[in-house]
Amino acid sequence: MTEFRVAPPAVRNRAGDEEASRYSRREFIKRVIASGAVASAATYIYGGLQGCSSRGTVASGVGGSVERLIRINVNGQDRPVDVLPQETLAMTLRYRLGLTGTKLSCDRDECGACSVMIDDVLHNSCSVLTHSVRGRKVVTVEGLVGPNGELHPVQQAFVDELSPQCGFCTPGQVIAAVALLKQNPNPTRDEARHAMAGNLCRCGAYDNYLNGVMRAAATMRGTT
Amino acid sequence: MSYKLIGRNFTPPDVVAKVTGQAKYAEDFRADGMVFCRFFPSPFPHARVKKIDASEALKMEGVLGILTEEDVRNPPAPAATILTNEPRYIGEPVFALAAVDETTVQNAMEKVKIEWEPLPFTVDPLRSLRPKSPADARLDGNVGAAGVELQTLRWTQADFDQAGEGKLPMGTAAQEWSYGDVEAAFAKAKLVYDESFVTASNSHHSMEPRTCMAYWQNGKCFVHGSTQSQSFVVPPLAGMIGITPAELVYVAEFCGGGFGSKGGAYPTMAIPALLSKKINRPVMMRMSRFEEYAVGCARNGFQGRVKLGFAENGKLLAADLFVVQEGGAHTGFFDFRNAADAVSIMYQPEAMRWRGVPVYCNTPTRSAQRGPGYNQMAYVMEPLLDRAARELNVDRLQMRLLNGPDMNAPVGKDRNRVTSCYLQDALSKGAARFNWAERVARSGQRKGSKVTGIGVGQAYHPAGFQNFDGLCRITPDGILHIHTGVGNLGTFSHTGTSRIAAEVLKYDWEKCVVVRGDTRKHLPWNIGQFGSNTSYTMARTNYVAAMDALQKMKEIAAKDLGGKPDDYDIDGNRVFAKRAPGRGMTYAKVAQRAIELGGKYTGKELPADINPMTQASARALSGSGLIGVAKDNLPAGQPAAFAAAFVEIELDVETGQHRIIDALNIADCGTVIHPMGLETQMKGATVQGFGAAVLESMIYDPQNGLPGAVGFYQAKPPSYLDLPPQLQADWVDKPEPASPLGTKGIGEPPLGSAAAALLCAISDALGGHVFNRTPVRPDMIVNAVAGLPQSHKPLQIHTA
Repeated sequence: MTEFRVAPPAVRNRAGDEEASRYSRREFIKRVIASGAVASAATYIYGGLQGCSSRGTVASGVGGSVERLIRINVNGQDRPVDVLPQETLAMTLRYRLGLTGTKLSCDRDECGACSVMIDDVLHNSCSVLTHSVRGRKVVTVEGLVGPNGELHPVQQAFVDELSPQCGFCTPGQVIAAVALLKQNPNPTRDEARHAMAGNLCRCGAYDNYLNGVMRAAATMRGTT
Repeated sequence: MSYKLIGRNFTPPDVVAKVTGQAKYAEDFRADGMVFCRFFPSPFPHARVKKIDASEALKMEGVLGILTEEDVRNPPAPAATILTNEPRYIGEPVFALAAVDETTVQNAMEKVKIEWEPLPFTVDPLRSLRPKSPADARLDGNVGAAGVELQTLRWTQADFDQAGEGKLPMGTAAQEWSYGDVEAAFAKAKLVYDESFVTASNSHHSMEPRTCMAYWQNGKCFVHGSTQSQSFVVPPLAGMIGITPAELVYVAEFCGGGFGSKGGAYPTMAIPALLSKKINRPVMMRMSRFEEYAVGCARNGFQGRVKLGFAENGKLLAADLFVVQEGGAHTGFFDFRNAADAVSIMYQPEAMRWRGVPVYCNTPTRSAQRGPGYNQMAYVMEPLLDRAARELNVDRLQMRLLNGPDMNAPVGKDRNRVTSCYLQDALSKGAARFNWAERVARSGQRKGSKVTGIGVGQAYHPAGFQNFDGLCRITPDGILHIHTGVGNLGTFSHTGTSRIAAEVLKYDWEKCVVVRGDTRKHLPWNIGQFGSNTSYTMARTNYVAAMDALQKMKEIAAKDLGGKPDDYDIDGNRVFAKRAPGRGMTYAKVAQRAIELGGKYTGKELPADINPMTQASARALSGSGLIGVAKDNLPAGQPAAFAAAFVEIELDVETGQHRIIDALNIADCGTVIHPMGLETQMKGATVQGFGAAVLESMIYDPQNGLPGAVGFYQAKPPSYLDLPPQLQADWVDKPEPASPLGTKGIGEPPLGSAAAALLCAISDALGGHVFNRTPVRPDMIVNAVAGLPQSHKPLQIHTA
């Protein structure tokens, strides 16, 4: 099994910094997939065989009776990934697949910063075991942007309504809004805030997020 | 005055990255060979580590190293420590351990043997002030704060006995001031209150825990941190790491919320850098939510007493304020002093005395939190003002207009005058938009178990600093690069204030780039993004840098095209002769000429009075274009920000639950730079104000010092469902004269005004009952309605 570190050499470039990187992360990931390599990021969070064997409670390499090498579908791509039995989806996304748009804030299913869609249903990925999403379709904030970089209507509406403040909860708010509009394309403001209630925003930008949800709903219905 | 950019909305350059997930926060960075560390949180509220034996842990496969107090340079006591062998609150970092992954770190931590000596502790300031205190939070004293030397202060038994049932004892103060004849002013009063109060300490609850990643490369230390500020963090962080500022590369392009708790460098930031040096690997230190509630700071809690004397017409004649501050275990913030300034400016008593005692407790370090001290007094004073209005039969809005500050109101002990105040305009504008008269007529109306309550609240905060540096650069491609060392706390004001440089130079915004977020981008020395200062401080720095660039452009035009610099003007991205506009040069050409001319034009000669950091940045940029660089030596002002809020609620007197029907918050923030940015700040502050008023508090078990609010669901920041369907915000938009374009800050007061308005609305629905306590919780309301005693004692703190 080829081990492949997800991060390119040195520090990954920052958002908006066009000069610094030789290739984009998107392209890098494509190459990884194309090469058939398995993303394992061996030295990251409870990822390494080294870490497991030393602990003794997790059987070396294979995690007891649970198979470690599984396939999950993330943002439309089948991703073979090497995971531990106790690994959460948020950690897999962030530390094995390099999808750092999904944030960790409470890691206790309280705040929604790690929101993803699994088969179109909203979940807090900090509290979902990666093994439970085998063969299922996971969509993260990175999966919403169109092939030519066009923003999803929810993302565009959040820009137009200046919904984010610090931005840390924003990917989760985006996903929660997309999940809502899949189920209910025409929500009232009150329905929207109940649907979004699992996503905390300490900046208190709730009003602007709701404005964004309502604007996106209208856009997606084609009424604007 | 009409501007091309100022006062107009724009799409901030960092907002798309926020909605796509491309924005990189500290935990989103990776470095080759990166490993993980965690700190060991103290399980005791106060103890001494007699011995740490990590030998077994260090033998474990994958474990790379340990960092203890002996490896770090802690700042002098009583400042918060990086790591300590005398932890003073539960969760305080004792040592840090690095390993290839976090599971290994955690497993190894369990193998570290620590010999503990538990020490006495307290989570109650009054307990520590008792004549024979059974416990102090620190071994080296029990009283102190920023500006108050560490000392041991005891009150006498008589101090406690004289206080009276449920009243705050008032022994010797650590600090005090007064102006006017307080006794004479009280003697004139028609109505006198003597109220004891409690305002809860609450967490900042930043959504991004304070993760930090660091590594060393080519003699430099690279740190990816989570701070509200950029340049301001560099010197103290370098100091904690033990390097010069020039040896530190600091990246803080995004920050997932700080609200005062990440204003400057904080001690845990040094841990990954020092461990990385020790083990020669990049080190990531993530933070759990529990740990964030421990090391993430909190607002100071108050136990206080305020005596107020009102004239018959409602004018406040005298105020006598005493504040005991529950200040955490280390040098915290000076909320207790700010409290006095708030009372003095907001109600303009003829005479006033303030006394304060900041007491150390075995609770997390206190830092500024959005309106530190000022806002707590809004929670306390505004409901009392309503009570006096009710008793004296004065309209509550009138009560505020009568007592409130005017244009150049004096503030605090020194009676210095603010350079602008339009609070009266904010109140009037808000009252009109809120239909105050019509709504207040409904106050107290009952439908079934639900009673209507109407409230108005107001608050103050200073609104800016002076004497920092500005730096901008025009390159031969005609682009204006505005270098800003301010941070990114989520207000978009890093760009809003940068637009001032563009405005001065009449630049098309499409030709401007805001350069920020990374010391490698050559940033000027700027103060941090806190204290409602950015829209004033950074307006001035960007203004002086742009004015310097403008002068240089005119000089270059005069050199090349003849005449004197004053013969030239700018517009349309070119400098031209006023009398013959066809004779001129494009900005691109001027930038090219600046490089050729050298000297001051391209940053090879620099002003002597700019900070060394700005000097180094300007020098690094020299030769790349026309450099505008200057220190803000503009005439000083005393900017002040104000807000007035209006709230209508429906209070269910059977359950104690309320529903907010409507909320409006109005700013006095000078010239508006970015209307959408301002509006979302006002609304966000409103949300946080509601949290402070009715939801949030830190909780400690007095017997064991255990924290009880260590998750969002316990510490309770507001959610979507705690709010009305839509919030309202508006502003006065009148210029601050000490700011070149009239701008001043606003971040903090709208939290206090919103909290106060909600508290006043609750009191209003209860027929004027004042709780003298925050947060006001449903059980307190039910008890008040039923005439039952409260479940807490009057001065009890940390209640659930």
